[in-house]
Amino acid sequence: MSQTLVGTSVKRKEDPRFIQGRGKYVANLQLPEMAYIAVKRSPYAHARIEAIDTRAAEAMAGVLAVFTGQELIDSGVGKLPCGWVVPGCKVPTRWPVVPIGDKVRHVGDSVAVVVATSPYIAEDAVEAIEVSYTPLAAVTDAKRAMQPGQPVLHDDIPNNLSYTWALGDRPTIEQALSASAHVIKLDLTNQRLIPNAMEPRAAVAQWNAATEEMTLWTTSQNPHPIRLLLSAFTLGIPEHKLRVISPDVGGGFGSKIFHYPEEIITPWVARKINRPVKWVASRSESFITDSHGRDHVTHAELGLDAEGHITALLVETWADHGAYLSTFAPLIPTAFYHCLLSGLYKIPLIYGITYATLTNTVPVDAYRGAGRPEAAYVVERLIDLAARELDLDPIAFRRHNFIQPEEFPYQTPVAMLYDSGDYNRLFDKAQELSSYSELVAAREAARAEGRLVGIGVSGCIEASGPAPSKIAGALGSAVGFWESSIVRVHPSGKVSVLTGSHTHGQGHETAFAQIVADQLGVPMEDIEVIHGDTAAIPFGMGTYGSRSMAVGGSAIVKSAEKVRKKMLKIAAHQLEAAEEDLAYDFNGGGVYVKGSPSQKKSFFDLSLGAYTAHNLPDGLEPGLEEQAFYDPANFTFPNSAHICQVEIDRATGEVSVQKYYAVDDVGNVINPMLVDGQIVGGIAQGIGQALWEYGAYDESGQLLSGTFMDYAMPRADVMPVIHTARTVTPSPHNPLGVKGAGEMGTIAATVAVAHAVMDALAPLGIRHLDMPFTAEKVWSAIQEAA
Amino acid sequence: MYPSKFDYVRAQSVEEAVERTSSHSNAKILAGGHSLIPALKLRLAQPDLLVDLGRIAALKGISRHNGTVSVGALTTHAACAASDDLPKVWSEAAGLIGDPQVRNRGTVGGNIAHADPASDLPTVLIALGAQIHVQGTAGPRAIPADEFFVDLFTTSLEEGEIITRVEVPVESNQGSAYTKVFNPASRYAILGVAAQVAIAGGVCRQLRVAAGGSTPKAIRAHHVEAALQGQPINDTTIQHAAAAIADDLGEEVIGDMYASAAYRRSIAAQIAARALSAAAARAR
Repeated sequence: MSQTLVGTSVKRKEDPRFIQGRGKYVANLQLPEMAYIAVKRSPYAHARIEAIDTRAAEAMAGVLAVFTGQELIDSGVGKLPCGWVVPGCKVPTRWPVVPIGDKVRHVGDSVAVVVATSPYIAEDAVEAIEVSYTPLAAVTDAKRAMQPGQPVLHDDIPNNLSYTWALGDRPTIEQALSASAHVIKLDLTNQRLIPNAMEPRAAVAQWNAATEEMTLWTTSQNPHPIRLLLSAFTLGIPEHKLRVISPDVGGGFGSKIFHYPEEIITPWVARKINRPVKWVASRSESFITDSHGRDHVTHAELGLDAEGHITALLVETWADHGAYLSTFAPLIPTAFYHCLLSGLYKIPLIYGITYATLTNTVPVDAYRGAGRPEAAYVVERLIDLAARELDLDPIAFRRHNFIQPEEFPYQTPVAMLYDSGDYNRLFDKAQELSSYSELVAAREAARAEGRLVGIGVSGCIEASGPAPSKIAGALGSAVGFWESSIVRVHPSGKVSVLTGSHTHGQGHETAFAQIVADQLGVPMEDIEVIHGDTAAIPFGMGTYGSRSMAVGGSAIVKSAEKVRKKMLKIAAHQLEAAEEDLAYDFNGGGVYVKGSPSQKKSFFDLSLGAYTAHNLPDGLEPGLEEQAFYDPANFTFPNSAHICQVEIDRATGEVSVQKYYAVDDVGNVINPMLVDGQIVGGIAQGIGQALWEYGAYDESGQLLSGTFMDYAMPRADVMPVIHTARTVTPSPHNPLGVKGAGEMGTIAATVAVAHAVMDALAPLGIRHLDMPFTAEKVWSAIQEAA
Repeated sequence: MYPSKFDYVRAQSVEEAVERTSSHSNAKILAGGHSLIPALKLRLAQPDLLVDLGRIAALKGISRHNGTVSVGALTTHAACAASDDLPKVWSEAAGLIGDPQVRNRGTVGGNIAHADPASDLPTVLIALGAQIHVQGTAGPRAIPADEFFVDLFTTSLEEGEIITRVEVPVESNQGSAYTKVFNPASRYAILGVAAQVAIAGGVCRQLRVAAGGSTPKAIRAHHVEAALQGQPINDTTIQHAAAAIADDLGEEVIGDMYASAAYRRSIAAQIAARALSAAAARAR
C-alpha cells in the first residue's frame, strides 16, 4: 500500500462547520408546530408521592397537557431496562416518570411532564404543579447503604444490595498475603464525578400519524442500541417504525451512552399530542439527571516477597450505583474493574469483590474510563506505596515487576489476555521526555529549601474496544461488541462511508476518511463519513470504551478490502487478465496490470462500470457497495507512562501542576493530532478529578455540588504545558494495529497527579489522602502532620 | 433555565434609566448581566422589567485627572485589567475575576451593585478609599466605599439609584497589590486581601488594607493597618501586622464545601502578608 494519509495530522474535516457555529445539534432543530417539554423533578432524595395537583398548570395559557407517571404506564410504556445484568443482580424498578403512590429516590427523579407552546411557558407550568410528598430518610453512602437499619430504596431489594460480584479465590489470596514478606494495605475512595459534557442532553421527536413512524433526535453516543431499547422495552414502537438520529453531539464521556427517561417521554408525548416536541436539559438538570461516574469505597492489600516481587492482590470495593441501575452500570465495577487489576505487572494471584449498593443519589454508570480508572488508581496507589515503603525509586520498582515484552500475549489471573506492549521502552521514553533524573534532582533541591515539590509517576493499562461479543454475553451483556460499516462507492467514484460508530467530538469524519483514502487511493475530499442515523446506516453499536478506531475502523477496512476485491474482479474481466496479474493502485485508485501501469482501469471507470453493468463478469452483481461487520477477537491494551511535577503552597495547601509528560502506547496512530487531542483532553479531566471535581451529597441526599459555582471543573489557565510522546506496539489482532486512545489520558493523569501530591507531602509523613486534593484538605493534612 | 416573564427597555441615558427604574415597582438594572442573567435563569430573580444600561456610552471608560481616576460603571473588568491608569491593586484584581468571558462582559457597576460577599472588587475599592458616584431621583451623590457595602448582597443604594462611576485617588508614591485564594469552582475569592501602602525612608507612612471573600461584606483591616503604620517595613513587621487580620475578620467568617471558616481564618495572615509584601515592593 501507499498514499499514506494514515499517520499524518490531517486537519479535522468537521472543524470548519463547528468553528463557524454551523453544527447541527439536537437543540438547534426547529420543526413546524413544535411544542416544548419541561419535567417536574423531585426536590427530595427519598419521598413518597402522595398526590400531584396539575390543575393550575393545565389552566395556564399555552399549556397543551400535563402528564403524570401512571398515564405513561397505562399506555404501555415499560420500565427502563438494565443492559448488563450480572448473575444474581436485582434490578430495581425504574419508571420514566415516577407514578403517584410510588417513591422518588433521588433529587431530580421525574415526577410530571408539561408540554407547552414555548419552553418559557413549560417552565412556568412546572412551577405551578403542586406535589405533596411524604419525605423519607435517605442514604447516600455506598458502604453504609447495605448496613442494617438504613433506609431501603426498593422494597424488593433488602439492604440496598443489588448484587455482589467476585473474581478469584479469596482463601488462596489471603494465604498468599499472610505468607508475604511485606503487605501494603490501603483504604481509599474514588470520588463521585459528574460528567458535564459541554452540550446538555436533548431530545426532539416527530410523529407521522399517516405512516405511524416516529423520528427521534437524541444526544446519544449509540443511536441503534437506544432504538432497540425503545422498541423492545420502553416506548414500544417497533424498530422498523422508529428512526433514531444522533446528529452533532457535543461530548459525552460515557454519559450519553445510556437510555434516559426523557428519551422515552419526548416521543411518547409527540405521539400523544401529534405534534413535534422538544426537550432540552438545563445545566441544572444535567447535574441531577445525567448518570454520574466512579464513586467507589475500597479496601486493598498488596503482598510482596523479600525481593520486592508482587505476590498477591486483594481488592474489596463498595460501588455506589445510585437510586437505579443505569443502562450499563453493573459492567463498570465488575468486568471493567476487577479484570484490570493486574495493571502493567506480573501479579500471580488476584482476588476482587464488589458490593453494588443503591443509594438516594443520581445513578452511577460509565464515565470516561469506566471502571478502568478506578482499577488503575487502586493498583497504582498500592505500587507507589510499596515503592515508598521499600524505599525504592517508583520507576525502578515498577520495572522490577513489569510484564516483559517477550511474555505477550500475556494471560493475567483476572481473565484479560494482554495483546502487546513494551513497558520498559514506554518508561525509557517517559524518563527521557521528562528528564526524570533532573526532575528528581530539582525536587531534592526544592525540598532542601523547605518547599513541597513532588513528582508523580503512573504506569497504567486500559482495556479498550470491549470484546468479544460471545464473552460479553456470558458476562451479562444484552448487546454485542462488534461494529458495522458500509463503503459505498457511487457511480461517479465518490465515496460514502457508513459507520455504526458515533462521533461526538473525537473526529471520526476525519480519521475514518483517512483510512478509506489510503485503502482506496482516493482523495480525502471524495469521501464522506456518515453516522448517527438509524435510517442511513446499518445497525451499529456506537462509541464508548475507546472502541471506534479499533472496532469501527477495522470494520471499515474490511468493507474497503471487499470493494477493492470487487474492483479487481471487474478490472480482470475488462482487461482480460488474470486477477493475480493485476494490482490495485493505492496512489489514485483503480487497477492496473503488474509491470505495465499504463494498462489500467481507473477508479472512475470501474465505479461507473459497476453501476452501468454493461461489462461485468458473469455472475457478478452490479453496484459497488460493500458491508462488513467486525467482531473483535479481543480488547486492545493501550498503556501509558505519565510523569508530572506539582508544588504545594504550604501556606494555603493549593496544588499547582507545573510539569506534565505523557507517553502513551496506543498502537498504530491514524492521526497524531487527534490522538494528542484525546490524550491532552483526558489529562485535563484526570487532573480535574485529582484536584477539584467532586459530586458531593449531604446526608439528606441534596447534591452540594449541583452547579458550576460549586462543582469545580478544570480550567484552561490552570493546566500545565502537556508534553506528549508515544511508543508503538501495534495490536496484533486488528487490521489497523491500533489500540484505544480515548480514555488513557484520564486514567493516567488522575494517578500521576495523586502520586505527585503524595510525593510532595511524603517528607511530612503523610501516607495517603483521598481525592480531590482541595487546598483545605491538603492544608489540614500539613497542619496535622506538623 | 428559562426566566419568568419580564419586560425589557434599553435606556438611552442615565436620566431615563433612573426614571424607568424608579417609576416601576419591580425593575432590575441590567449592565453586563453576569450576575443578573444567571439569577434570572435560575429564577432566583423574577423582575417584571429589565432596564438595560448597555448602550449608554457615557458610563464607559477610564479617565484620569487631578490625582483621581474615574471609572465608568459600565467599564468591563477586562478594560480595568488592561489599564495603566488604575492603581495596580485594581487592575491586578480585575485580571483575577472569573475567566476571560466574564471579564469581557462583567462591569464595575454591576459587580458592586450586586455586592456578592465573595467578589473581589468591593475589597479593592475599600482599600483604595473609593467614592461610588450614584444618580437617583433626588440627584447625584457620592458614597464612600466603606459605607456603600452594607451586608451580604446589600448596598446603601436607594430605590432607583444607579451607579454612574467610581472614583479613586491615585498617588504616585503608593504601591498596591491584591492577593487572592480562589474557589476552584466559581473563581470567586475564598479570601482576597487588597493593600495600598506608601513608604518613606523604609517606614510605612500610609496604609489601607481590606479583606473580602470570607465575611458577609468586604471589611477594612484596621488592626493590620494599625500594626504596621509608622513601622519600618520588613518581613518581621509585615508578618506581625498580617497576623492581626484575625481580629479584623472577627467571628462572622463564611464557610463552604471548598473552604471552611476555620481554614479561611487560618490562612488569612499569610495571604495578608503576601499582599502587604507585594504592595510594599511596588511602593517607592
